[in-house]
Amino acid sequence: MVKVRFSSALQGVTKTTLKEVPVEGTLHDLFAHLKKEFGAEFENRLFEAGKLRRFVNVFVNGEDVRHLQGLETPVKAGDEVSILPAVSGG
Amino acid sequence: MSRVLGLVCRECKAEVPPGMVNTCTRCFGPLEVHYDWEKVQESISREKIARGPHSIWRYEDLLPVESAEKVDLGAGFKKLHRARNLGRALGLRELYVLDDSVNPTYSFKDRVTSVAVTKALEFGAEAVGCASTGNLASAVAAHAAKAGLPAYIFIPESIELGKIVQMLSYGPRIIPVHGNYDDANRLASEVADAHPTWAFVNINIRPYYTEGSKTLAFEVAEQLDWQAPDHVVVPMASGALLCAIARGFQQLEQVGLTPENHTRISGAQPSGCAPIARAVQTRGDVVPLRTYETIVHSLAIGNPADGPYARDAILHSRGGAAIPTDEEVLEAIHLLARTEGIFTEPAGGTTVAGLQHLVENGTIEPDERVVLYATGNGLKTQESLTRTIHIPASIRPTVGAFEAMVSSPPPANTPQKTRGTAW
Repeated sequence: MVKVRFSSALQGVTKTTLKEVPVEGTLHDLFAHLKKEFGAEFENRLFEAGKLRRFVNVFVNGEDVRHLQGLETPVKAGDEVSILPAVSGG
Repeated sequence: MSRVLGLVCRECKAEVPPGMVNTCTRCFGPLEVHYDWEKVQESISREKIARGPHSIWRYEDLLPVESAEKVDLGAGFKKLHRARNLGRALGLRELYVLDDSVNPTYSFKDRVTSVAVTKALEFGAEAVGCASTGNLASAVAAHAAKAGLPAYIFIPESIELGKIVQMLSYGPRIIPVHGNYDDANRLASEVADAHPTWAFVNINIRPYYTEGSKTLAFEVAEQLDWQAPDHVVVPMASGALLCAIARGFQQLEQVGLTPENHTRISGAQPSGCAPIARAVQTRGDVVPLRTYETIVHSLAIGNPADGPYARDAILHSRGGAAIPTDEEVLEAIHLLARTEGIFTEPAGGTTVAGLQHLVENGTIEPDERVVLYATGNGLKTQESLTRTIHIPASIRPTVGAFEAMVSSPPPANTPQKTRGTAW
């Protein structure tokens, strides 16, 4: 199981902040699973023209996937994925 | 009726009711404050400001607060120094320095925090918090102490000791995090999400918080007799400060406090961590950095959330971006202190060194009226400088020993090759 933590900004769609997803593969596969479960609204909020929106940060085990392999980053049982809005500093 | 209508998405322009939120639920874009400009216009005037308190709260009509009671330690309304000596050294006819190093906790972060903690009380928050490279930490801890709220401060593990000593004196819970600022910030964001009754000043109440920095534009214009300068130079970390200053000048024009202004805005970042400045120089995207190394801890953010907006504000205003090295930053700290009597931290040194670059490459012209923002105090970051200063050996307490000592020139302070913290 991959543990997925959703930002509260997604709660209107996901109705939960935490979900365990039975997937082995890449982030792409994980998002395919989540899109199927939560529908077009979930996809629209996070993706634009098939790409993650500019202000969406996705972390695998605390590492920003922009510094890994993006949506091709592998995920396996025990991994933690966080989906957060980009806010920082000031 | 309130002059704050609510929040609005900076990306898709969706309207969101006021609250402890920072993200558009439609597109994940960041939110900003939406004012009722008719109400602001009705209320504001130069005369009213002149009668106001000697703090950021003299500009209350342009700040997003409702309550009469402010959490006010005295942030803002700092002196705009006419910097003739530094101007001469750099070849500028009319240079000013806004000295924000003398705020209640010794950095510009008191401005944003005074607004944010006042707002936290309005929202009935049970605690406040932040992710910080050090300056914000002390500002939040001090204002939380004043407001009687607990504070949770997330910091990267390797910041200056002086900043840690200072922040701990105000009694917050500090949470040093393995990793860099971006790691501390991600954790703080997740904690903020899990504790919706806590107001994290630069996370879930960020739209209100950043408004406090607009006062850096207001004060400059007011002290220049309600004229905006030709050019300002601003340090950049997340880019939020630069955006707020740009917004501040624009709003002064909008409400008629200044004539139409064309202030050019330039930014500076240290060479070890310069994602926004590089994007300006290449006219490209802001590429986040995973690792970075610089002595300028307070500007060390690898994934700057306001980076794209800061880049656009600079390019739109026909400004530029400078990327000085750590050695140049240290030299510039000494230069500002020697010429103007202002002792700033490495972020201020970055701005002075950046100004130097921008004059040398012609981005800033010699006859422009230029304002430099010195945003933090040198006393907070003494260890960065200890390797660059020369402490003379003691002498016997005799006039002869004194005469012998001063008959030879003092050894110059020499910025040496230094290593920043690698993250």
